Amino acid sequence: MNSEIVVSVCMGTGGIAAGGDMVMKAFQEEFAEAGVANATVVEHSRLHKVGCRGFCARDVLVDISVNGIVSTYQYIQPDMVKRLVSDHCIGARPVSEWLVGDDYHTFHDNQTKIVLGDLGKIDPESIDEYIRVDGYKAAEKVLTTMTPAEVIETVKKSGLRGRGGGGFPTGVKWGFCAANDSDQYYIICNADEGDPGAFMDRSVVEGNPHAMIEGMIIGAYAIGATVGYVYIRAEYPLAVDRLHLALKEAKEKGFLGEKLFGTDFNLKIKVKLGAGAFVCGEETALIASIEGERGMPRAKPPFPANKGLWGKPTIINNVETFANLPHILNKGADWYAAIGSAKSKGTKVIALTGKIRNTGLIEIPMGMPLKEIIFNIGGGIEGDKLFKAVQTGGPSGGCIPQQHIDLPVDYEGLASVGSMMGSGGMVVLDETDCMVNISKFFLEFTQSESCGKCVPCRLGTKRLLEILTRITEGEGKEGDIELLQELAEDVRDSSLCGLGMSAPNPVLSTIKYFRHEYEAHIKQKKCPAKVCNKLLTFFIRQDMCVGCGMCMRACSVNAISGEKKQPHKIDNSLCIQCGSCFDACKFSAVLKE
Amino acid sequence: MDTQTTATLEAIYDKCAANEDNIITVLQEIQKEFGYIQEEVVHWFSERSNIPASKYYGVVTFYSQFHQHPRGKNIVTVCCGTVCHVKGAPRIIAKVREDLKLGEDQVTTKDMQFTLERVNCVGACSIAPVVLVNEKVLGKVTPSKMVKSLKEHKG
Ligand SMILES: Cc1cc2nc3c(=O)[nH]c(=O)nc-3n(C[C@H](O)[C@H](O)[C@H](O)COP(=O)(O)O)c2cc1C
Ligand code: FES
Repeated sequence: MNSEIVVSVCMGTGGIAAGGDMVMKAFQEEFAEAGVANATVVEHSRLHKVGCRGFCARDVLVDISVNGIVSTYQYIQPDMVKRLVSDHCIGARPVSEWLVGDDYHTFHDNQTKIVLGDLGKIDPESIDEYIRVDGYKAAEKVLTTMTPAEVIETVKKSGLRGRGGGGFPTGVKWGFCAANDSDQYYIICNADEGDPGAFMDRSVVEGNPHAMIEGMIIGAYAIGATVGYVYIRAEYPLAVDRLHLALKEAKEKGFLGEKLFGTDFNLKIKVKLGAGAFVCGEETALIASIEGERGMPRAKPPFPANKGLWGKPTIINNVETFANLPHILNKGADWYAAIGSAKSKGTKVIALTGKIRNTGLIEIPMGMPLKEIIFNIGGGIEGDKLFKAVQTGGPSGGCIPQQHIDLPVDYEGLASVGSMMGSGGMVVLDETDCMVNISKFFLEFTQSESCGKCVPCRLGTKRLLEILTRITEGEGKEGDIELLQELAEDVRDSSLCGLGMSAPNPVLSTIKYFRHEYEAHIKQKKCPAKVCNKLLTFFIRQDMCVGCGMCMRACSVNAISGEKKQPHKIDNSLCIQCGSCFDACKFSAVLKE
Repeated sequence: MDTQTTATLEAIYDKCAANEDNIITVLQEIQKEFGYIQEEVVHWFSERSNIPASKYYGVVTFYSQFHQHPRGKNIVTVCCGTVCHVKGAPRIIAKVREDLKLGEDQVTTKDMQFTLERVNCVGACSIAPVVLVNEKVLGKVTPSKMVKSLKEHKG
């Protein structure tokens, strides 16, 4: 028997955390061992390091393909490998109880994959695999057969808009840049991804870095840049490693460096590591950071397209924007423009997370209703809880309640309800999430990330946070809601950059849709979702307590007393509502109200 | 400053000068070597490069990646991104503080064994809450799982 066996193990950050490297090692060892009995199996087995395929909640995911027939397994651990090899790889009997279920298929079948298409299928550490799926064909075509103006025209016609948050038409921006008369132009890829709930750019760089590089080559040619930068978060070590490797391989193949594809076009791409500042995702701050300065934004105009890095015309695009380009140039502007909604073309990669069954990375055509994303692809709410809201756009976005569940997800749709697309993070919240707390969480973030250059953002976010903190601690006053609204609008209208302008969105949108929760905190001093500890009373259910003493030991202020094996009690005059007893109890005997 | 330190600094200086690296990269190199940014190192570099120390400090204090104090042997980084927050990161932080007996503004234990840090989203939200212990990623962390992991690292 001359069977071809291919085993692919998910090795994204999620996969590695779940033990992907151990599973991979187990396969290698198992094949080596079985090789004695059946040498052909070993010879034809290949172990791929595939990038993220999006369904991280089921890690470690393993694909076993025997003669081209692929079976996907979920939750695989090293000790399960022996049976997979003996039953499936050698015995040709798939282990049915470990295979993925129907929801794996609904998760994938409802998506439209362009950017994520090759993720999970190709080895991101091998340029040959990218070339095998037509990689660098678009760049070659562009450089050898098209003029820069034709490239810009194609991108304009495709309707592609920036995926980094603003949604500005990419081709138009390139046109502005190319119109400058300059001795030097720069192209920058924004891989800073600072939004605290987003990981799509990371997944693209980890899973298919060449797509992004190819997009940069196309952009560089269109505007005439010979030097490019990738500004990437240092917090993504795996992505940084794979990026370096990909750049090296591309250079060896002659796709970067001098005389690309035999033309006179040169392009050098350098990597700059971010140093942990959210505001550096903003384009003018990012440029300052590449120049080695404090990453503070400046007023626009002049826009970077006219005056950017070292004062030269510069194009900054997001990772996902670049990764779309090879497809657009290969398949044509009309093909791309046919996907999506009236004003938002193509697809969007979304990090679907939070209180949802199928968390992971998805790609949908623009305009898909929220409901379909959450309940079809996402499989609905985790546990038996009720849907409450979905947060989109990260700290710049807002919370969208049940009443807007049919909303189409595109730039206009999200903006119409006071949120935004942002980088594409989508965090689903259920009835146990407190909206005042969520709003405070985002303000804590923006307040600490505010660079301090402009007063409305520096002081405004601080005051907003103080009021929100007061409300969650039971010190809310009559008139606080109105004060929050007024202040939020002022910060929005008078801040220098996008950080300050959008920081009030979480506050404004939660007040708009969940005003009653704010009122409950302020007037009744209650947190309806039972999250804000300071507004809760803790007590022990006497019928459930077995007297194990765990809560007593967890309590740092000795507020709990009781004899061994007898129900314990909390002295509420001593309790500081820290919630430790609630976490410590294994019998659900501690209640909060 | 001893000769070995000076030699190390000289090497960093030469490498960065050859690459025309900016201050951020220089400081990243220093931190990689020494674990944190020492005052005397900044002054050494300031003189060597003829750039005022205030310029270096401007950068050090701006970016959260730079540390001005020595850090513990084990670094416990709790993700405080949105998803980790709603899935219980605040409880994990409270547990770590309690277990390591860290005071209000204290981040490093007295015996220099542990430093507690926060990060905003490490990009593994689907296994939230996430904690990194010395770069090893732990997913779906509970307070008790956290304590167990800390115990493994206690000498
Ligand atoms: C506070 C702030 C943070 C930002 N963070 C990012 C980011 O992490 N990644 C990104 O691509 N764009 C980010 N942006 C948007 C960029 O300023 C810029 O618009 C974008 O990179 C342009 O690329 P695009 O046209 O391809 O979207 C941020 C903007 C602001 C105001
Ligand atoms: S929020 Fe913690 S990993 Fe994303």
